[in-house]
Amino acid sequence: MISPIPVPTTGQIHVPARAARLVVEDLTALYGNRVALAGVSIAFPEQSVTALIGPSGCGKSTFLRCLNRIHEAAGTATVRGRVLLDGQDIYAPEVNPIVIRRRVGMVFQRANPFPTMSILDDVTTGLRYAGRARTRMERVEQAERVLRMAALWDEVKDKLNQPGIALSGGQQQRLCIARALAVNPDILLMDEPTSALDPIATAQIEELITSLADAYTMVCVSHNMQQAARISDFTAFMLAGSDYVGHLVEVGETDKIFTRPQDQRTEDYITGRFG
Amino acid sequence: MVPFDRLEEAHARRSVLSDRSFIAAIYCATIVFVAVVVGLFVMLFAGSWPAIQSFGLKFFWTSSWNPVTSQFGALPMIYGTVVSSAIAILLAGFVGVYAAAYLADFAPRLVARPLSFLIELLAAVPSVVFGLWGLFVLSPVLRDRADPFLEAHFGFVPLFSGPIFGTSLLTAGVILAIMIVPTVCAISRDVIMAVLAEHREGSLALGATRWETMWRVILPGAKSGIFGACVLALGRALGETIATTMVIGNKPAIAASLFQPSYTLASVIANEFTEATTALYQSALIELGLLLFLVSMVVNGFARLLTWTVLRPSRGR
Repeated sequence: MISPIPVPTTGQIHVPARAARLVVEDLTALYGNRVALAGVSIAFPEQSVTALIGPSGCGKSTFLRCLNRIHEAAGTATVRGRVLLDGQDIYAPEVNPIVIRRRVGMVFQRANPFPTMSILDDVTTGLRYAGRARTRMERVEQAERVLRMAALWDEVKDKLNQPGIALSGGQQQRLCIARALAVNPDILLMDEPTSALDPIATAQIEELITSLADAYTMVCVSHNMQQAARISDFTAFMLAGSDYVGHLVEVGETDKIFTRPQDQRTEDYITGRFG
Repeated sequence: MVPFDRLEEAHARRSVLSDRSFIAAIYCATIVFVAVVVGLFVMLFAGSWPAIQSFGLKFFWTSSWNPVTSQFGALPMIYGTVVSSAIAILLAGFVGVYAAAYLADFAPRLVARPLSFLIELLAAVPSVVFGLWGLFVLSPVLRDRADPFLEAHFGFVPLFSGPIFGTSLLTAGVILAIMIVPTVCAISRDVIMAVLAEHREGSLALGATRWETMWRVILPGAKSGIFGACVLALGRALGETIATTMVIGNKPAIAASLFQPSYTLASVIANEFTEATTALYQSALIELGLLLFLVSMVVNGFARLLTWTVLRPSRGR
């Protein structure tokens, strides 16, 4: 065991009725020598939203960042274990992380439109990285497609050449979702996408997440249990403590987790006894 | 409750008083800057008045600098100042920004820390030391190796043709580049790191390589800051005196070739101030100082203007 501290092994591989596109087996994430989370095994069914909940510092964001290999972009960060995307281990030595990141899109906590880019350029950045959409007409076409998906087209269609940072916070976040969708990912990861937004913008994003679930496998970290209950089909509860590192406590259908959790700690958390 | 109220009131009165005296103090501290700039300008203008009267605008576009016949034209020095600084900022800009990109994103932390420290150390080396090194090490190397190479391959350009001198405009440009590259690099690195923190992962998550991230997202986002770094560095190059004086050759003439000696505004003042025996000679030197002052001001002002207009959209939030 890498971890110097005991790791509870409650994380069972959860196999739901629907086929899983993304399966995680015994994942351990480290920053240098420090273990951030350990022993996480979970499967994410296709065309559904799985919410990751848990108190601050339980490793849920770190876990999410392991799923598109952006975790390792932070200097000393490393990963043990397997993450299978359609059966292929994304951490296998021959796999190029850039290809993985195109198939597993990500939306961040704070909307981060690129500072010098127009809305059009921003939305099609990923396409240009992939060497696609070379002409302006193709780019406009693609931009319209994904901006419509992100329910932003009507608001920005007349200002595609204006900078993305001029938009409101909620619009910026939908722009970032559109940008992630542009490269046609299979999976979409979201790291607390509404934590910096007002209630109206939050409602719009939540609606968007629900509508996108028909086409994508989505994993969404949420600090807000009501939100997790509203938007997700499945919920995973993670926890870290003073004597054990971050790990998966329980995962299941959202209804069940919120009404009849199996684990006492899950119940304590969702009823607001800690966290 | 009365005593308490009184106490509080006294305290409030004291606070207002200390607030006022603090504001007065910072106001005075700021006035000092205005006074210095105005004082400098008045002194330079008054001192150069005799020269302005006798030469008028001819001072700026005639090339003869002859104290014996009291003929003073500043054009060779203007040319030498501008061209040596231009060479410096071109070289230092490329190297400085690329090194900053490496230090900010690509270097392992074990390398980045000592390297950053080294670069900041380079900025602390006194310019006279750079001058010595330039004269005894850089100048022979350029004369015997780099200049002949440039002449052999780019000799068709007048800038790189003709006889080669060790102390030349090119040598001055290179030594200035070495002196200002730490400024460009250190400030650019900070700016790049600030943009990096926010946008690196956003770009990587879209399937970018680190190079694409740096080139298409980070550097464009940091360009106004990088530009500011370059302006600051350029200001130092324009005014640098001792190192330039030691390696530029001190010849008040405009030559097409960079291999020829030249002269800068600052160097003339430093070299000839002690020998300025006539009032007009001294006044001409002061007018060079005024000119240098104005050139630096115009460069800075122009750069500010450019930052406000062209680069405005990149400032973001």
